[in-house]
Amino acid sequence: MNKHQIIGSRQKRVDALGKVTGAAKYAADYNIPFQLYGAVKYAEYPHAIIKKIVTAEAEKLAGVTTVLTCKDVPGKNHFGLIPNIRILADDRTRYLGDVVAIVAAENIKTANQAVEMIQIEYEELPAVFDPEEALKPNAVKLYDEGNQIVHHKVRKGNITEGFRQADFIIENKFTTQAIEHAYLEPEAALAMPDEHDGFKIIGCMQNFYTSHKVIAGALDKPLSKVQIIQSTMGGSFGGKDESATLVAVRAALLAQKTGRPVKMVNSREDSFIQSYKRHPYKMYYKWGCKKDGTIAAMEMKIIADGGAYCSMSPFVTWRSVVQATGPYYCANVKTDVYAAYTNNNFTGAMRGFGSPQVNFAIESMMDELAEKVGKSPLEIRLQNGFEQNAVTATGQKLDHYVSLKDVLQTSANESSFETCWKENKSKQKIGKKIVRGIGLACAYRGVSLGAEGVDAPSSIVYVQPDGSVSLASGIIDMGQGARTAMAQIAAEVLGLPLTRVHFQEPDSGRVADSGATVASRGTIMGGGAMKIAAENVRKIMENTAREKFKLSKGDIVFKNENIFIRKNKSEKKICSFDTLVEACYQAGRPLFASGVRNIAVTSWDEETGQGNAYFTFVYGTNIAEVEVDLASGKVNVTRFLSTHDVGKAVNKSMVEGQIYGGVAMGMGYGVMENFIQESGKAKTINFDEYYIPTALDMPKMKSIIVENEDKFGPFGAKSIGEPALEIAAPAIANAIYNATGKRIYNLPANLEEILLGRKLRRDVERGSVSCKIEV
Amino acid sequence: MKINLTVNHKNYSLQINSDLLLVDLLRDHIGLTGTKKGCEIGECGACTVIMNGKTVNSCLVLAVQADGAEITTIEGVANNGDLHPVQQAFLEHDAVHCGFCTPGMVLSAINLLNHNPNPTEFEIREAIAGNLCRCTGYQQIVEAIQSAADKSK
Ligand code: FES
Ligand code: FES
Repeated sequence: MNKHQIIGSRQKRVDALGKVTGAAKYAADYNIPFQLYGAVKYAEYPHAIIKKIVTAEAEKLAGVTTVLTCKDVPGKNHFGLIPNIRILADDRTRYLGDVVAIVAAENIKTANQAVEMIQIEYEELPAVFDPEEALKPNAVKLYDEGNQIVHHKVRKGNITEGFRQADFIIENKFTTQAIEHAYLEPEAALAMPDEHDGFKIIGCMQNFYTSHKVIAGALDKPLSKVQIIQSTMGGSFGGKDESATLVAVRAALLAQKTGRPVKMVNSREDSFIQSYKRHPYKMYYKWGCKKDGTIAAMEMKIIADGGAYCSMSPFVTWRSVVQATGPYYCANVKTDVYAAYTNNNFTGAMRGFGSPQVNFAIESMMDELAEKVGKSPLEIRLQNGFEQNAVTATGQKLDHYVSLKDVLQTSANESSFETCWKENKSKQKIGKKIVRGIGLACAYRGVSLGAEGVDAPSSIVYVQPDGSVSLASGIIDMGQGARTAMAQIAAEVLGLPLTRVHFQEPDSGRVADSGATVASRGTIMGGGAMKIAAENVRKIMENTAREKFKLSKGDIVFKNENIFIRKNKSEKKICSFDTLVEACYQAGRPLFASGVRNIAVTSWDEETGQGNAYFTFVYGTNIAEVEVDLASGKVNVTRFLSTHDVGKAVNKSMVEGQIYGGVAMGMGYGVMENFIQESGKAKTINFDEYYIPTALDMPKMKSIIVENEDKFGPFGAKSIGEPALEIAAPAIANAIYNATGKRIYNLPANLEEILLGRKLRRDVERGSVSCKIEV
Repeated sequence: MKINLTVNHKNYSLQINSDLLLVDLLRDHIGLTGTKKGCEIGECGACTVIMNGKTVNSCLVLAVQADGAEITTIEGVANNGDLHPVQQAFLEHDAVHCGFCTPGMVLSAINLLNHNPNPTEFEIREAIAGNLCRCTGYQQIVEAIQSAADKSK
């Protein structure tokens, strides 16, 4: 039986009605009178010194209000973790998505025309597009400090000794591609001066606290004079951090200069050209294994392409170094992960955040090991997989409930994995047109930010005098359902139906800086803060009830919009929720409270890579079935099972939704998506050439939710957003092997990879650019 | 130039430029921002509207081509506040995540059911194959459309 009233049930999303009627307003849907339109002038070389920018002619064009370059930024032009992202390119251009100048005009057509009239003199520099090349001593440098962004290490045991004990070695190189977040809503913002010498910006920033600081910094204004309002977001997946901030801050600069509202909307092409991507990785995996199937040594070297700016590279690659061994025992580990600057698009946060890449390598290695020692993929994982109190490569003892083997076994049983796998393996492939395969992948994942950063989000609960409830949180909803999860948590604590609870748009002045809604920390951390805030309000109400109704003993229970007293297992109603609210206000006790959730139990040593990286972990298994057309190389995913231990599902429908969406994105990563750049030039800049899965590409999926409540999560909840995506690609790659006997070493497993084992290059200009209707 | 058209049962007579696109007419000239822009080249379906009984990508239609046409946008789907069964089903099946694809999806689904009240799962997937969704993996959307079809039997 469900011990909760609202938590754990299927509840309709609190914000779906407006979305299904067209009433929901996304950033580009906002307009105000006398607004101007912004447009950007892109760099013309991926690496060049900017000698001179001539804007005079553009400024003279009728309808143009202003043209700005880096010289016109009153405050800070640089931002980021290592502050090297340029709002407007200054000393040099470092990738083709750099913006050298911005224009505001009466309409978008004029703004675009003016952009064409801006002339820039460059001194072209040699450029570097391969991160391994970039790390060589004689490589051309993007920054004086050199091209290495970061080098993370993990050192455990003695690697030489480990390899000495090994009976054989498996050594492979894996590569993964850059991919686009492809949130369906391109970035947009509307910036306007307010009446008190400040600015208001409406936009779709995933991390609006960062945007707030960047915009105030660029305008040279105190934070209190800049208000950020977050509109309904059309997806983000980690992507609307710096990319959306750039759009918003450029609009704000134009608004400041002109004194008028400025709207800036990215086209899909702008979005592809400017925005950061998932890091492409090169991974060198070398494992020393024993005949019995155990692993004596693991040595990994990984190089990530960070592109032109630092962005989240240090954190993304940190997760990779922590998780590079997978959830498998090994006494001797040496891992090195590097990120390097290149003149490609910069790379940053994307759902998965450094795990999808290493999971592809780990799970491919595991299958190869199974094959070498004559075991099945399931057997080898059950043999090597983490159990209760296992110690990870970073020396962390897993003292929460370790459910790896549960999720593996459950998935295998549900899909008859062993039988199907053996059957496909033994089938004759030669002469066949279509072959079938089944593949398995599992993973563990550290929850939330871990030792990578401060982790303390806030929430606010306000029970209004009429008994309706307003919530605000520093955690935002980009489509994953945070509003609903938060509303459920507050409603549960206060014993109210969901319809009484209203979630307010995030606003930079409303809730204290909560950091970014990233790392699948929304529910476990933000939800935790919401629970504390609601409990704080409930405490005021409880105290008032005790005084007013003279209750000394017994527990006060909030249920079904009423207040009860529980003594010796029997419950007696005291009054309605509304009556108690009224009593509180009459007693001069407004029902307004905030809550902060702060879990600080992580640690890390940079030199040895040892420490308690995350306060808890989640476990999952994916099983994919594929059909491969041996004539064309086309892979069809025909069946998919995804099992995840989520701690506690706050809302089952939403957890399933996260799983299905994650699988789709993981499948895109596995078999079709590829952001192609040639000499820094983006070739796939819209959906005609950058393919994401359609309804016809997706099989019917099945999800299994496993629940082992975690002491750190609200009601035991952990997370699902990123786990949902991170093992789909390796499950598919392993299924392809089961079908064809060919191992995939390079993602995506598209036609050329399947047939040739490598990617074809093409040197043509993008075809569809010339076809686009210009109006 | 001047065009006349009907949008959600309301008649409009508008003075427009010949290069105006239907999607911009809807969004910027009559304020119906429920119709979204996700690619502007006819690939994503976010701008789907029903025009004379057929779904079209309104980013590929010139406003002048809509002269005399009857158009339904997402704002015209509910009837006096009563949701269309497809909208209701989207809510019940959690088929709405970020919601950016939802207007186009709902219109494609309604148009399918108008022409084929008993679609198979494959026919449903085919009908929405021109509507990209990055959030849902389509499963709950397909289930929603199926259930809307079943309920109207
Ligand atoms: S905006 Fe029209 S199809 Fe994408
Ligand atoms: S719900 Fe986000 S794109 Fe479909």
